[in-house]
Amino acid sequence: MPPDIEGIAEQVFVALADPSRRGILAALASGGPATATDLAARLPITRQAIAKHLALLAEAGLVTAEPGERRRVRYRLRSAPMRAAQQFLAALARDWDGQLDALKDHLDRGS
Amino acid sequence: MSFPDRIERTVEIPHPPAKVWAALTTAEGLSAWFGQEAHIDLRPGGSAWMKWDGGHTADMRVERVEEPTVFGFTWHIFGLPDDDPRRTYVEFTLEAVNEGTRLTVVESGFSQLAQDAYRTAYEGNVAGWASELGELVSYLDAA
Repeated sequence: MPPDIEGIAEQVFVALADPSRRGILAALASGGPATATDLAARLPITRQAIAKHLALLAEAGLVTAEPGERRRVRYRLRSAPMRAAQQFLAALARDWDGQLDALKDHLDRGS
Repeated sequence: MSFPDRIERTVEIPHPPAKVWAALTTAEGLSAWFGQEAHIDLRPGGSAWMKWDGGHTADMRVERVEEPTVFGFTWHIFGLPDDDPRRTYVEFTLEAVNEGTRLTVVESGFSQLAQDAYRTAYEGNVAGWASELGELVSYLDAA
């Protein structure tokens, strides 16, 4: 097992902890690749702050820069690191304690 | 690596295995404590589903049926897109103890997610999800 999976997931959680970065990721997810200028026009965030957030998101591997038309850099969403975080969330979301309590209650009621 | 690949719980239930078995493996039983509506074709490879208010549905495939001791199924992994074929494996084991049943549930396969993320992120090699599913099936066959 690669040793830095937990580090990948941690970066994802850090990235998602900020509402501005969630807004940027949501905009890229719904609208596709966009430049920092496009994002500044669509979100209530300054162009300068967007550049800073995009750098952090790129560091976490959640966005990747690609050359766009007229040398404008477009940013594209990368979902791969999300899956490391999803493993953690999926395991947490399986509420077997609650389900087994419900099973016991059901059997007690029926007896 | 501190992320769980498997979740395991054991509970003692003051009811005989036959009764617990019925709660786990019949539509009537499952809809009483797990889903709000359920269907099950109780044979290896058979399909099953549970539905909840709000439209959520869990599609399951029955994998092991050894009445009244082992019931296993695979199902969709929480949080993935509906068309992602990767699944976790859930196995219930029933053991008669005293006047009741020791019930163990093991859900395994969560680490498929992180392994795929690692490959995709760092080797640029997007593994086919179908082959991941094949690996899970092989693992199940060998178990």
